[in-house]
Amino acid sequence: MVNSFSSGGDGRRSAAIALLSTAVFFILIAVAITHAPGWPEVRRTFFNWGEFKATFPEIARAFLLNVKIFCIAEVLILVFALFLAVLRSLQGPVFFPLRALAIIYTDLFRGIPTILVIAMLALGAPALGLSYVPTSVVFWGIISLVLVYSAYVSEVYRAGIESIHPSQQAAARSLGLSHRQTLRRIILPQAVRRVIPPLLNDFIGLQKDTALVGTLGAIEAFQQASIDTNATFNYTAYLSAAVLFVAITIPLARFTDWLVARDRRRRDAGGGV
Amino acid sequence: MKKKILLLASLVTALAAVGALATSQHAAARVDATCPTVTDGQLTIGTDNPAYPPWYAGGTKTSKWKINDPASGKGYESAVAYAIAGKLGYTKATVKWTYVPFNKSFAPGKKSFDFDINQISYTPARAKVVAFSKSYYDVNQAIVVNKGTKIASVHSIAGLRSFKLGAQLGTTSYQFIKSRINPSQTPSVPSSNAAAVALLKNKQIDGLVVDLPTAFYVTAVQVPNSKILGQFENTAGQATDHFGVVLQKGNPLTACVNKAITTLRTNGTLKKLQQTWLAKATGAPILK
Repeated sequence: MVNSFSSGGDGRRSAAIALLSTAVFFILIAVAITHAPGWPEVRRTFFNWGEFKATFPEIARAFLLNVKIFCIAEVLILVFALFLAVLRSLQGPVFFPLRALAIIYTDLFRGIPTILVIAMLALGAPALGLSYVPTSVVFWGIISLVLVYSAYVSEVYRAGIESIHPSQQAAARSLGLSHRQTLRRIILPQAVRRVIPPLLNDFIGLQKDTALVGTLGAIEAFQQASIDTNATFNYTAYLSAAVLFVAITIPLARFTDWLVARDRRRRDAGGGV
Repeated sequence: MKKKILLLASLVTALAAVGALATSQHAAARVDATCPTVTDGQLTIGTDNPAYPPWYAGGTKTSKWKINDPASGKGYESAVAYAIAGKLGYTKATVKWTYVPFNKSFAPGKKSFDFDINQISYTPARAKVVAFSKSYYDVNQAIVVNKGTKIASVHSIAGLRSFKLGAQLGTTSYQFIKSRINPSQTPSVPSSNAAAVALLKNKQIDGLVVDLPTAFYVTAVQVPNSKILGQFENTAGQATDHFGVVLQKGNPLTACVNKAITTLRTNGTLKKLQQTWLAKATGAPILK
């Protein structure tokens, strides 16, 4: 009892020390930055309140395009990546070509820079001159993001699938469930729940990569910010765009933390496997 | 702050004077000590890479410069840059070109170049951040379209409103689309010239707005079967769209460059260089 009290005191003291050292650390950095000879210029060109107010509304409108792109893409990614992961988990020599295809796909699309995939599809596909091929940069931007992110997300799914103990599959099969039923009813429900945090992590990455679609002309938040920056030679517009991205990613990150914590609580309670 | 700049400027001037004295045997001795440069005895000029015609020409490629080496002296901006350098007392051998991406030309902090010459339009907002020289080229915007498309038969600015237009990021062409054409569809604003040209070629946009000399290069080389639909007048009352070289804000070299440009304008050099390098860029119909 005495020990636990004294450890409580220690805890309070360490908290105080941590708080103090953090405060000192940040004050030192702030002082160093604000006393740098170029600080007035940096403040004027990166942290300009007037510019921020002037650019924010239009960038916020442009951000709706980012939201549209990542929402549509995310739904397609979750479906397509699961399909890829299931292909890769197929067993037996008959399915070798499908497994190989899935492996080649993930290797390739994780390796190619996203900007190249977008450029190749958004400028390359319409260049074919086929009347039934859409010419919209946004359309091909979404397709590109789906192709690239599905490669990452399928690996996340696969890790989830492989984390389920083989005895579960053996048990399911011995109960008379087919491979398909086993996957659908036993393996995937557990696997997906386990990988929700990394899935959300990739979702956050996707949100930021929507800005790549802008380089080909679609005016999303980042491209609008670039337009403003180039018009005034003031970088504050990028800050406006950053605020919007952060406003979405931070709540999502906290939500992910909460999911992880909840999962741990359930496991610790002994209810889970 | 101002005091510091003054101190720094006088220090740099003093250094330049010492440098000029030290190298009095060389050509650099003719360089005016009140026109300090980043590297003594050398004029460092920046531009973007690739350097496109007709601003840079001659087709001299190096491992660094993929389309034209600006040091060739060919192309309007290369020629103007050397003409300015000459007025400042630099020989061709004492001019050094450096790659400066457009985005970096206006980044705060000490600049790696004495001046940057890269088809940068003057605007009052931009002039708050960097120093602009006087105009070395008064520019008209123009619109390039694919032959045989619907937009190709339009003859007025009002007629362009319903089309999907595009302009490269960072150009005043985009401002022009927004303020003067005011189209009903959101314009396309790609980050690079390559993407802008591809969009037009693929008919993903109906018309590409660029400055007139660039429009001639687009139609002649980049997009086969395209034409200049017309150019737009610099209207009275509106500040004339013009290109200036970009320098560090407060750089005393600005006055020297301005003096050089004024001389080049009054003695007819600029006009002559325009005839040499931009001669084709005149005869386009005017859209109203």
